[in-house]
Amino acid sequence: MDKMTRFKINIKELEKLFSHFQDDGYTIVGPMIKDQAIVYDELNSINDLPIGWTDEQGPGIYRLKKREDKALFGYNVGPHSWKKYLFPSRRKLWEAKRNEEGITFKTESTEAKKLVFLGIRSCEIEAIFIQDKVFLEGQFVDPYYKNQRDNTLMITVNCTQAGPTCFCQSMNTGPETKRGFDLSLTEIINEKEHYFVVEVGSEKGQAYLNNIETTPCETAEMNAAREGINNAREQMKQGLGIDTTDINKMLYRNMESPQWDKVADRCLSCANCTLVCPTCFCSDTEDITDLTGDHTERWKSWDSCFNQDHSHVHGGAVRDSTKSRYRQWMTHKLGSWIDQFGSSGCVGCGRCVTWCPVGIDIREEVAALRLKDESEEDK
Amino acid sequence: MKTLEEILSHHPFFKDLKSDYISFLAGCGINKVFQPGELLGHEGEKADYFYIIREGKIAIQIFPPGGNAITVQTIGKNDIVGWSWLFPPYQWHFDIKAIETTQTIALDGQCLRNKCEEDHDLGYILMKKFSQIMVRRLHATRMQMLDIYKETVDR
Amino acid sequence: MSVNILQPEMYRIMSKKREAENSFTFELQSLEQKPVKFSPGQFNMLYAFGIGEVPISFSGDPTIQNSIVHTIKAVGKVTQALSRMEEGELMGVRGPFGNSWPITKLRNKDLIIIAGGIGLAPLRPLIYYLLHHRKEFGKISILYGARDPLDLIFYDELETWSKEFDDQVMITVDFADESWSGHVGVVTNLISEIPFSLKDSVALLCGPELMLRFTIRELLQKNIAMKDIYLSMERNMKCAIGHCGRCQYVQNFLCKDGPVFSYSRVEPFFNKKEV
Repeated sequence: MDKMTRFKINIKELEKLFSHFQDDGYTIVGPMIKDQAIVYDELNSINDLPIGWTDEQGPGIYRLKKREDKALFGYNVGPHSWKKYLFPSRRKLWEAKRNEEGITFKTESTEAKKLVFLGIRSCEIEAIFIQDKVFLEGQFVDPYYKNQRDNTLMITVNCTQAGPTCFCQSMNTGPETKRGFDLSLTEIINEKEHYFVVEVGSEKGQAYLNNIETTPCETAEMNAAREGINNAREQMKQGLGIDTTDINKMLYRNMESPQWDKVADRCLSCANCTLVCPTCFCSDTEDITDLTGDHTERWKSWDSCFNQDHSHVHGGAVRDSTKSRYRQWMTHKLGSWIDQFGSSGCVGCGRCVTWCPVGIDIREEVAALRLKDESEEDK
Repeated sequence: MKTLEEILSHHPFFKDLKSDYISFLAGCGINKVFQPGELLGHEGEKADYFYIIREGKIAIQIFPPGGNAITVQTIGKNDIVGWSWLFPPYQWHFDIKAIETTQTIALDGQCLRNKCEEDHDLGYILMKKFSQIMVRRLHATRMQMLDIYKETVDR
Repeated sequence: MSVNILQPEMYRIMSKKREAENSFTFELQSLEQKPVKFSPGQFNMLYAFGIGEVPISFSGDPTIQNSIVHTIKAVGKVTQALSRMEEGELMGVRGPFGNSWPITKLRNKDLIIIAGGIGLAPLRPLIYYLLHHRKEFGKISILYGARDPLDLIFYDELETWSKEFDDQVMITVDFADESWSGHVGVVTNLISEIPFSLKDSVALLCGPELMLRFTIRELLQKNIAMKDIYLSMERNMKCAIGHCGRCQYVQNFLCKDGPVFSYSRVEPFFNKKEV
């Protein structure tokens, strides 16, 4: 860590930063407590953050728990991800009208709201980069995604604690945010003090920082930040990760493994995992008309490979069984994604594990497949 | 003008048979030409022959009561028609009709059957070869039965 | 990149021809009469106002640019709506999308084109191309299988092609009565009637996936290399621009990596269930 790019600020300055964003017409979205979970929504002030709260997560388990301190970012990720704003769950693409003169189209505006994402975790910023590959780096660019992306300030937070379902460390996507931020914060809180170590990531970030009071970080402060991040890292090392060695080949090789039948017995095909996953990008398009049939709208909405309609060809669904759909999801997320986009589709955020109603753990499934794969090879 | 022996020894079906078997087969065979509409075999009648198609096209047909003939399959050049001579009651199960002018080599099944009873080696070889034809025909028929081009209208 | 690739452009139906009981060929022209360039094998998303879109391959001559041709079989909600349209009506078009038959790999080779049912339509632009550039290719054989004689599409052209390709157009049907004097049986039965050696030939296939499966098996048995077999595949498709994820076939997006694939690329998964 270069001393020159790290600054120390306290909560008051963070509040100032907050109002400067608002003064410039930004809407700040970030974590807050709603429906007994920490979700992303519009924040009116710093006080809307889940101050003094943390979460307890496990396969199929999510609970909020009060902390003993007043940390602003003392929790891990909840069911929402930032795709809620960059790739909304429902969006109108265009509408069309038919009359005697013909058919006219009206394209939905691509104008984006100025947003600040406050509190992005490393797994999440990496997930955004992964979705960038889908929506921005192919032959066709999604103009809605692009405009929102270009109009969003990214304020990331380095994790200083990891939950049992976190495994960004094994996916190489955290816990420290390495890129994509305008400003990055590491919260230091103990009995004596409460402050933030700030790293600047862009000119915009620097400009906002210039308008609040900062002091350059002392060695002790930078060490505290480093230690905090390491703490998260160590916690994850104690837990489960994924062995990603040649994982795409392993998954292709094991498409007919009996392990898929086992997980299919438990999977409800509820699509929760795809809804909470920050990188899932599948969508559906729907054409709806009014009663006259002369006005129609096309809407794009989130879809899931767990839905029967997803693989529908005339005659029926190609992936009719739950087993084939679970296999599709996992093989794609961890395997074919690499061949498609050059990196894994998984950032190790653990949401799919936490929010699976039957507690299926993708890390366990990989391990089980590898075990069966190895015993096959030894034969 | 090729002899029957020459024709048989070059045919993909028989070409790996040893030469005295080929001679024997040639001895059981004659050239026969069928005009369009002529029957090579009649459903229910004795199946004493099987045919190697050299040129032309034959149809395997069945006549439902009161209707037109249905062609189950057509068989063309270089293929073999007829295996009912191998198994009792040695009767054709379908009509075998020439659709085009068809040149065949007709082989006497009864004669071959007797020889196979004497010479089990020849019997085994011929059984293997005919099983192959039957399996190939069975697979093709199953594919045909699947009705893969049928319009499956969306549920 | 304009928003417009998400929005259909309206084309007028210039002509409509019935090919088989539920198959129709439409000739379309853009309202602004702008020229369209496409490669054989590519497809458009065709839109029925208010109902939806389906991916349909170009089925016309690629050298003709002031109109486009599509052959549609009415099997679902959208294709039924499109099939009911008449001359003068408007159909929405988005595209062209997808890759094409690998013409550069076919030069100087002997070619076997095998089509099943409506699968002849995505191959027709390739056939037209071969006709226009006959000398650049070796011997050509077209094998076409359909359900019954009434199911055959482009019937009048099949005869013309037969003359152009030295009588190497063979047609077979699965079911026929006496009025049909042609072949009856699966299209693979015709493979052994191809008069030239299959060694070093390239096969190009399009049809129902079951037909592709057993045809490929037969071609492999005849020692045609996996890399020399090309097929056009079909999966669910919505956006056609690689964003909605629905057309995925393992690591391939049919809308951009396909729909034409060499068999060697898809072989590891082709015979696996529910992929």
